[in-house]
Amino acid sequence: MEHIRTPKVENVRLVDRISSKKAALGTLYLTATHVIFVENAPDTRKETWILHSQISTIEKQATTATGCPLLIRCKNFQLLQLIIPQERDCHDVYISLIRLARPVKYEELYCFSFNPKLDREEREQGWMLIDLSEEYKRMGLPDNYWQLSDVNRDYRVCDSYPTELYVPRTATAHIIVGSSKFRSRRRFPVLSYYHKDNHVSICRSSQPLSGFSARCLEDEQMLQAIRKASPGSDFIYVVDTRPKLNAMANRAAGKGYESEDNYSNIKFQFIGIENIHVMRNSLQKMLEVCELKSPSMSDFLWGLENSGWLRHIKAIMDAGIFIAKAVSEEGASVLVHCSDGWDRTAQVCSVASLLLDPHYRTLKGFMVLIEKDWISFGHKFNHRYGNLDGDPKEISPVIDQFIECVWQLMEQFPCAFEFNERFLIHIQHHIYSCQFGNFLCNSQKERQELKIQERTYSLWAHLWKNRGDYLNPLFRDDPSQTQGTLHLPMTPCNFMYKFWSGMYNRFEKGLQPRQSVTDYLMAVKEETQQLEEELEALEERLEKIQKVQLNRTQVKSKQSEPSRHSGFSTSDNSIANTPQDYSGNMKSFPSRSPSQGDEDSALILTQDNLKSSDPDLSANSDQESGVEDLSCRSPSGGECVPSEDSGKDRDSDEAVFLTA
Amino acid sequence: MRSGQPLTGTNGRRCKEDEKLINATLRAGKRGYIIDTRPLNVAQQARAKGGGFEQEAHYPQWRRIHKSIERYHILQESLIKLVEACNDQTHNMDRWLSRLEASNWLTHIKEILTTACLAAQCLDREGASILIHGTEGTDSTLQVTSLAQIILEPRSRTIRGFEALIEREWLQAGHPFQQRCAQSAYCNSKQKWESPVFLLFLDSVWQILRQFPCSFEFNENLLIMLFEHAYASQFGTFLGNNESERCKLKLQQKTMSLWSWVNQPSELSKFTNPLFEANNLVIWPSVAPQSLQLWEGIFLRWNRSSKYLDEAYEEMVNIIEYNKELQAKVNILRRQLAELETEDGMQESP
Repeated sequence: MEHIRTPKVENVRLVDRISSKKAALGTLYLTATHVIFVENAPDTRKETWILHSQISTIEKQATTATGCPLLIRCKNFQLLQLIIPQERDCHDVYISLIRLARPVKYEELYCFSFNPKLDREEREQGWMLIDLSEEYKRMGLPDNYWQLSDVNRDYRVCDSYPTELYVPRTATAHIIVGSSKFRSRRRFPVLSYYHKDNHVSICRSSQPLSGFSARCLEDEQMLQAIRKASPGSDFIYVVDTRPKLNAMANRAAGKGYESEDNYSNIKFQFIGIENIHVMRNSLQKMLEVCELKSPSMSDFLWGLENSGWLRHIKAIMDAGIFIAKAVSEEGASVLVHCSDGWDRTAQVCSVASLLLDPHYRTLKGFMVLIEKDWISFGHKFNHRYGNLDGDPKEISPVIDQFIECVWQLMEQFPCAFEFNERFLIHIQHHIYSCQFGNFLCNSQKERQELKIQERTYSLWAHLWKNRGDYLNPLFRDDPSQTQGTLHLPMTPCNFMYKFWSGMYNRFEKGLQPRQSVTDYLMAVKEETQQLEEELEALEERLEKIQKVQLNRTQVKSKQSEPSRHSGFSTSDNSIANTPQDYSGNMKSFPSRSPSQGDEDSALILTQDNLKSSDPDLSANSDQESGVEDLSCRSPSGGECVPSEDSGKDRDSDEAVFLTA
Repeated sequence: MRSGQPLTGTNGRRCKEDEKLINATLRAGKRGYIIDTRPLNVAQQARAKGGGFEQEAHYPQWRRIHKSIERYHILQESLIKLVEACNDQTHNMDRWLSRLEASNWLTHIKEILTTACLAAQCLDREGASILIHGTEGTDSTLQVTSLAQIILEPRSRTIRGFEALIEREWLQAGHPFQQRCAQSAYCNSKQKWESPVFLLFLDSVWQILRQFPCSFEFNENLLIMLFEHAYASQFGTFLGNNESERCKLKLQQKTMSLWSWVNQPSELSKFTNPLFEANNLVIWPSVAPQSLQLWEGIFLRWNRSSKYLDEAYEEMVNIIEYNKELQAKVNILRRQLAELETEDGMQESP
């Protein structure tokens, strides 16, 4: 590849960020799609693979006696520190990576060369797994109030919207077109979610081009149509998710917000969520806190508060809660918009839908939600997540925030979601990885032009295939939990929002709880299933034998199978269970003993290693959870065999506990 | 080992018996560590009041380490600030994190855990003997010794073992419960000796429990219960300040022991951790700020509904119980079948 100045550098050291003493020596490879570091250690030859798409920034640091340090920061919050012996090589790698991490053409992205060895039919079926028209049917849209409009079939009304849009029946093509001319980016009000319990809807749009005094009859009619499509409600809410000041400032630019004077029967509400620039900076500050070496509690808490990150998460949640309440308790339809209707609007609509409809809390339902409110409605994935090299001011962690909102909800409602934390982390990983085609480009139109579905694979199919890894063992399928709207207090509950170390410290296994309750329970459930099958089989055999004995016929029964040792994973705890450096000089450890499969660093198998059953071990799949171990359980349910050594760790740093 | 501070005073007094005593614990060829839970300057100042620390010259085989665990009213103020922050009913909770930080509660937890881990490391990694003391040997000392045992000793993580740990390291060791756990966070007057030392210990145990959910035979409820009974109890276990007082009060004759109630099977089930899998591990907790969390079970207990968390716990118990039931059924059937098959076999032979 022309951008690779040097494909291979030897004697590179990969520094363990936790304890800077431990650096693994190995070889660095640059390929068209990945950076790969292979350790020299003969027994493991541990590999660290980083996709170019994941690289966020590369920093060349000052040359020291040991070599030239290169710091690679990834969009999935992985941090790699390499020390390259020769300055010349370091520079070459640096320049190459700068170019490789900023592709200019879509074809450079991994999804166009990724080959999971599926045939064309399987690829197609993968894309058909999530079908939005099915979803709108499931919502139960009544024909007499809502209709599927094809006015945008060639993207001529709005090029960032999908071709299939649902609008009120009374919204004629004339009204739609007129309204679109009065909306920023021509993103006129359309249906996002329909709540069949009380026939109320959530619609979304962008800001009206109202300036200080402009009006548009069709746009006003559009809002009327939405209200009329929800019989029984005499007003609709119009929710502007921007801070009031920003919205007002927009008026000077000929845009703005809906005035209650002009639009009949609306109740206008500001719910201030900051813009993409504020969010970008907020994340930046929070990551700086995460990068601190052995921070004190004060450093950490103060830094976290200063970043404002959790405050923003709460703002998004509060907006979602407001809308969910309006729909479920007040029975009022809501029209949501921000500026362009593709960032905050998407966040808030999806959070509200998640609160209202338990279907979106299932594995498939969640994929549908993202497909609908993010992908189909033209969230600018390319601009926001940097598929291609672009304007750095467009980059912003918008969907990351939504995903975190979901995690915060999962922490408060542990039984309400069919999926687990790992599902969310993998989705976030792949939004940036460009390994699959779902999150490319800025709109449905662009994706169609690129023929994404014919040239790439769908993440949804891959996740669905591996759904066993993503299940939440505590998910309750019973009506009381799942049929309900989740009720969250909006009152002072800042303390409900926790720092998501599973995401932002994902690759620092030592920081996560060392035993995963989720994995343990999943293992128990699996064993339960096997036991159920065995019970059935045993009961059958017992019946047979008893019958036979009644008849006094000699029957030779089969020998009973050897008692199945269905133990849980036995990996010992020592790997993630090494003592830190408690002297306070270094951050938390842990050193990984080489004999353990590695748990951190994105392990993406090469195409050679790919088996058809496992097209992509994106990142760490089953080692992801950062946890291990469950001591084994013997089938008799008795005392289990304790894992061997008690934290006697082969290659841990010598405990330096001398302090002043 | 634990003790009080050596009374070296300003003259640098030494005591050969003391040196002999602790040197006797040293293993052949190994040195020992003295962990003073006070920072060096505080230990030095203690000399003016007749206290002090072990001089290197007199204790050559011991290496001294100073940590800085807070004590007395500083901890009490910390608790008061934290509780106030948690109970703030105003809508302006924007500064929640900075209020949490200002209370310093988690900082104390971090310091205590770090010191305990250090102590455990000395024992486990170096096989060295250690001596821990603060000023009196009744507060931070006990936090460190008991937590170190939780880290090192799997038996301390069983229910009986934990009860024994508390008996030994807190009650018998003479932690002055009467003084420390008099009024808690809402006291109006400033109590000189009031200090949530025991609560900090329980919180630290909870932090480790959260990081190793399968390694403890007991659950959070036990810790919360102990917290409550340390302050107010119908049992005599936590009354008094030390063994001598308890003897004088004739508590054994006049009151019931908390443990006798806890250890009843009906009560025990509430405190048992369904995820417990006995192991022999030494468990090393992470003391990074990201790993330490606010103990919601204590501090947010009355502010938020625990309904969904309770449901989750119930579901977890169901999953595990059902599994055990099935296992039992399967075992019975297997045995039954085995018997029937041998009977059959016997019937076959002429």
